[in-house]
Amino acid sequence: MVLEKQLRERLATKKILLMTHIVLGYPSFDVNREVIAQMVANGVDCIEMQIPFSEPMADGPVILKANQDSLAAGTTVADCMAFGAEMSKQYDIPFLFMTYYNIAFKYGEEKFFQNCRTAGIKGLIIPDLPPEMGVEFFRLAREYQVAPVLIFAPTSTDARMAELNSSAAGFIYCVARRGVTGKQSDFGEGFTTYLARCRAATKLPLAVGFGIRNSEDVAAITGKADIAVIGSETIRLVDREGPQAVGPFIAGLR
Amino acid sequence: MTQDGFFGRWGGAYIPEILHETFEQLKASFRQAKADPLFWQEYQNLMSTYSCRPTPLTYAENLTRHFGGAKIYIKREDLNHTGAHKANNVMGQGLLVKRMGKKRVIAETGAGQHGMATATMAAKFGLACTIYMGEVDVQRQRPNVFWMEKMGATVVPVKDGSRTLKDAINEAFRDWVTNVDSTHYVLGTACGPAPFPEMVSWFQSIIGLEAKEQIVTQHGKPPARVYACVGGGSNAMGVFQGFLDNKDVELIGVEAGGKGLASGLHAARLCGKDASPGVAQGYKTMFLQNNDGQMRETHSVAAGLDYVGVSPILSHLAENGRVRFESATDDEVIAALDLTMRMEGIIPALESTHAFVQAFKEAPKLGRDEAIIINQSGRGDKDIFTIAHAFDDPSWKEFIIARGREYDKK
Repeated sequence: MVLEKQLRERLATKKILLMTHIVLGYPSFDVNREVIAQMVANGVDCIEMQIPFSEPMADGPVILKANQDSLAAGTTVADCMAFGAEMSKQYDIPFLFMTYYNIAFKYGEEKFFQNCRTAGIKGLIIPDLPPEMGVEFFRLAREYQVAPVLIFAPTSTDARMAELNSSAAGFIYCVARRGVTGKQSDFGEGFTTYLARCRAATKLPLAVGFGIRNSEDVAAITGKADIAVIGSETIRLVDREGPQAVGPFIAGLR
Repeated sequence: MTQDGFFGRWGGAYIPEILHETFEQLKASFRQAKADPLFWQEYQNLMSTYSCRPTPLTYAENLTRHFGGAKIYIKREDLNHTGAHKANNVMGQGLLVKRMGKKRVIAETGAGQHGMATATMAAKFGLACTIYMGEVDVQRQRPNVFWMEKMGATVVPVKDGSRTLKDAINEAFRDWVTNVDSTHYVLGTACGPAPFPEMVSWFQSIIGLEAKEQIVTQHGKPPARVYACVGGGSNAMGVFQGFLDNKDVELIGVEAGGKGLASGLHAARLCGKDASPGVAQGYKTMFLQNNDGQMRETHSVAAGLDYVGVSPILSHLAENGRVRFESATDDEVIAALDLTMRMEGIIPALESTHAFVQAFKEAPKLGRDEAIIINQSGRGDKDIFTIAHAFDDPSWKEFIIARGREYDKK
């Protein structure tokens, strides 16, 4: 799919790519615009935009609160779709939606894929939709060429990774540790073994997320994976220092 | 049920990848236990020595006379150890935890009864225990919090979202994905990802199996109707399973009507028109949600019924027409509770009283030779603060004020 192709082109000139995360409508779409502008200007290669959901089961306190505040401010799925279209038109990097399955289910799966395609969205990350629960969803993803990104976890067996790989496209999101988003990870020896297992299980690019906060963390995975994912850390930064702090932070990561 | 945990189009297991292996292990342990007659024997033995099984089926003679129709029988799940049907599921899962070799259990709780039962089980089996409870429910059910802590459990008030049962479930899942290797999540109702709906219903089926025999012994034939309140749906699934294959027995699930279905302040998923199909908390069912798929706030006087989703098995049984769904309002519940206490000397939990409301509406229309069963899922003394407040009881208020002053001086 086009997402993998775009990432490979970027990997030809960079040792590691950066993917960042934002929660749509938090603290506002205007701040989202400013943050994305800074991210793109400072070399971010791919952005996952989270459509907020009232029950974000896999997210830790920082992203959970961002989801709730965004919904409380009135963010709708239609707003998110329009914003996604605006960003992918404005910037020449791939944009993804991250959300929970109910958002796509309630929207209507086919209509969701149609509108994502029209909006120029290149991939979807749905943490609560394993391939065995989404046969139709994964078929539509291929039909509409919007890459269904799947997740490997340290608890995934080799057989399970192979099974996931057969449904995935774009890249594989390797969760660095057990737990929810936004907490520290240990990139030690066990982690290296785990990443080697991930690498053996798929030919797709590997992204590593959960607990990546600074240039040391990014350096620790360079050479072992293809994409470093910065999630909760930029939300914390914007909360603390405002959107203008994002540019220098991103620039200092690699 | 299908291989992947669906009942009709409802159920499934929509779980993050990190939990995949643990669910494989849980499914395998459950299959083994279900196929092993010794496991059920061990379970029955535990429930008859540590809890009070079989629980009695009480003939409510005075209520029967009062309504002048069908004979009213009450299945007394309130007489379980810890005071509710929740113990059935928890002790069963406790035996599974021992088989799986895990050392820690976590649970969500709404009314506090499931948390109580889990804390009890953890104390008995020597397991570490953390209970997640919405902050609103911690306030509503303070006595249960006290007992859980006394039995050695850590009670964590959940301050996110609507601060009720669904938020406690989310937080329990977050704990589980973090501590998946050491910990089992003792889900309290017949909801959540497969195999929980089937597993919890299996442990609760002990209610229906007993009631099916008891009613024939006491009344000479099966009941015309069986009533159960429906929050997540585990007590209803429990009692209904004794009668599902007898089409002459009508099964009625009663949901929380709150301030009335038209008010929007309720928790009626299967009766009424406010719910729609959705996927959250790991399973597909009817949810109270808006057009974007965001969950709505629910309301009930009974914390244990105050929930956005419902057992996928019940969604299936509603869709195929096997179970009829009704609702009872907060006001109707208080009136039915008052009547039951005065006429029978029995105190049903606010949750259970929802089933009494509907039974009282229908009993007079049935013949005197018919019988109905109400499943009294729990006892109401845990609700003393809520009930005393609802009755606006003057002497109770004086007592609380005096006790408050006493603590204030110290």
